[in-house]
Amino acid sequence: MTLLATRQVTASAPRRGSRPRRWGRGSAGWFFVAGYAVLLLAFGVFPTCYAFYLAFTNSAGQFTGFNQFTKVVRDYRFGPAFSHVLLYLVLWLVTLVVLTVLAAVLLRSRVRPGLSALLRFLYYIPGALAGVASVLVWLFMLDPDVSPVSWLLDRLGLHTFAAVLAPGNLPVIFMLIAFWTGAGGWMVVMYGALNNIPDEVIEAARMDGAGPWRTAWHIQIPMIRQWIAYMTILAFAGGTQLFVEPQLLQTASLGRVSPAWSPNQLAYVYAFQQGDFNGAAAISVFLLALGLICAGLLVARSNMFTLDET
Amino acid sequence: MRSSGSPRTTLRRRAVQAAAGVLAAAVATVLTGCASADTNSGSGKAASGHAAFTPVKQKPGSQITVWADSTRLPAVQAYQKSHPDVKMKIVTYDGGADGSTYLQTKVQLFDRTGSGWPDVVFGTPTDVTWASAPTKPGAVPFAAPLDENLVPASTLNNFAKGSLTPCQFNGHTYCLRNDIAQVVLWYNKTLMDRWGYKVPTTWPEYEALGEKVAKEHPGYLVGSVGDTNSQESYFWSSQCPAFDLVKPNTLRVALKDPNCTRMSTLLDKLISAKAVTTQGFFSQGFAKDSGSKVLMANGPSWYGQYLFKSAFHTPAKQMAAAAPLTWPGESTASTGNVGGGVWMVSSHSTNLKASTDLATWLTTSDANQAAAPTYPAYGPAATAWLANPANRDYFATDVSGPFRQAADEVWTGWSNTKFSDATAWSSVVLPALTAGKSLTATLPAWQSAISNEAKADGYQVTNQ
Repeated sequence: MTLLATRQVTASAPRRGSRPRRWGRGSAGWFFVAGYAVLLLAFGVFPTCYAFYLAFTNSAGQFTGFNQFTKVVRDYRFGPAFSHVLLYLVLWLVTLVVLTVLAAVLLRSRVRPGLSALLRFLYYIPGALAGVASVLVWLFMLDPDVSPVSWLLDRLGLHTFAAVLAPGNLPVIFMLIAFWTGAGGWMVVMYGALNNIPDEVIEAARMDGAGPWRTAWHIQIPMIRQWIAYMTILAFAGGTQLFVEPQLLQTASLGRVSPAWSPNQLAYVYAFQQGDFNGAAAISVFLLALGLICAGLLVARSNMFTLDET
Repeated sequence: MRSSGSPRTTLRRRAVQAAAGVLAAAVATVLTGCASADTNSGSGKAASGHAAFTPVKQKPGSQITVWADSTRLPAVQAYQKSHPDVKMKIVTYDGGADGSTYLQTKVQLFDRTGSGWPDVVFGTPTDVTWASAPTKPGAVPFAAPLDENLVPASTLNNFAKGSLTPCQFNGHTYCLRNDIAQVVLWYNKTLMDRWGYKVPTTWPEYEALGEKVAKEHPGYLVGSVGDTNSQESYFWSSQCPAFDLVKPNTLRVALKDPNCTRMSTLLDKLISAKAVTTQGFFSQGFAKDSGSKVLMANGPSWYGQYLFKSAFHTPAKQMAAAAPLTWPGESTASTGNVGGGVWMVSSHSTNLKASTDLATWLTTSDANQAAAPTYPAYGPAATAWLANPANRDYFATDVSGPFRQAADEVWTGWSNTKFSDATAWSSVVLPALTAGKSLTATLPAWQSAISNEAKADGYQVTNQ
């Protein structure tokens, strides 16, 4: 929330326009921004432009219009890859939003402060593992031969690693991995957001006879709506980029997972097996468009960037 | 902000209109004529008419970079030891195991950046399909044509019959075959003798014995179809036209062919009798749980050392190999082939002499091949290999006969394609088998998966 507060201050400062702008202040600002701007140009903006260039040309550099896009859409792997990731996203976003908000509300209002701090720390730990390492942890968890929860897998009728990796289970597996690594951090963030709600507001709600659940549903959750939207945008963007998890499972399962399970993997196959960087770029433009549309909708619906001009 | 008529909304509406205008104009421009998306990457598309190979400027004595898998690493190190004057940089990589495309990925990138290629690489026959053609228009194919003044014809002629076929494209030889992995029938002689079973010589006998074993000794296995390469042991041996390149650019994928269904029906029966498992021999836990229960296995020549000895720890003098099985009406057997690597020399090498010398030494010298981990493709070296006690003492009987016979019986109708034959099998057929579907019922899905892959790689596909 402090971040948002600063942003509000800086954003509204020029509007007041009464203070004289001095050279020194301006150049310091430029200086602070420069490092980020250079990196953003080099590793964000330039690659994006290059991807657009590739997506609209062929390997001879000729302009192809939308032909690369129609080509990849017609690819037999395109539909399955996007539907896989769509199913995964639905599972992952619903679990993420419901469970993190629920956990944050519980931690904020139903758990003793000391215990709450301990739990927040515990939830956060898995997120500290790097992506690849956390997938490796899950490879062990999911293999009935070595898993510490093999009794649970057995109960579910999954007696071999191959059975665990049945195609229908994959979206759930990736959802579990994503939740395990990502949700803890968001619980901490949501908790922080809830902390920012003035006590008087909660107090007033209680005076009006609202119980803990009514307070959560009608006061706390609406007041952290922007944070939930923010989380959803980032999780959505991250989710469409799904790559490491299926790629590692593909190797670990000796090829039982399709090498083009997710769109990002399909782009990888295009670029590095078929040598078709243009087709790969077209797929990445699809992903970019998808991410932008979703972000745009959420930003507009949640009034995320609307400033409290009081 | 959502109230209509606020200045911001009007502004936004105008912006949207302007954007729509720009977009419409762009679409109009686009539609008035643009190049096809597929002028694309000569990578696949039947590269025709190669220009004669012109080496890059040679720097005699310059360092050569070698990429080898961990199995062949000791061989490369041995060369370095016996040739200390050659400057070498040795890199270990996965060697294309289990359908890995690491080498291809890297070469694609090197072709884009114009530098970085290794001089000599160990790879799979699949790698030669792309390495013998340019990865993009204007690029030089990665593999150097070795028959063009690099390796003498007398050497090439000594390789086992048909073993260089995966290396040959457009009339040139782009690799030297390191080893072959001819499929033979492995059996545990100790158990077979104890139970009074006769080693089968035909597939119907194999099927009958499998059903007998299932009844008399439940839990014991006569095979597995669950590995990434089981299709090569079974369907290749059955002469199933799954990867049949009828023309350089036309692939025949006809899994309704009787040669395919005879094998799938046979396996389905044995799978439901639990004499053949759908778990892979190489899957996690198999060696521990069932390694000692494998009575027979139709598999490559390297099963002896790598599966029975190293993975299953079957005691010495128990395992034996028999010649490939025949189908009714056949006088000679046809068999499959599971892997077998190749050595390629980079066309970008600045020291072709040292590179070629290394590749030749690795594949043909008795010094290296007699003690090689797998059966050499080079004829004279194979003789030396079979004479080496380390390659024969583990077995209950002399494997030379079956090995030699099988090496000459590998069916040539299973072609190497630009895509691995393992992908569709592992990602479509194996999960279906795990889910309890029959192999015969999965053939159509396998066929369409192979066909789709082939089309994506630029092949014409026929399913007849």
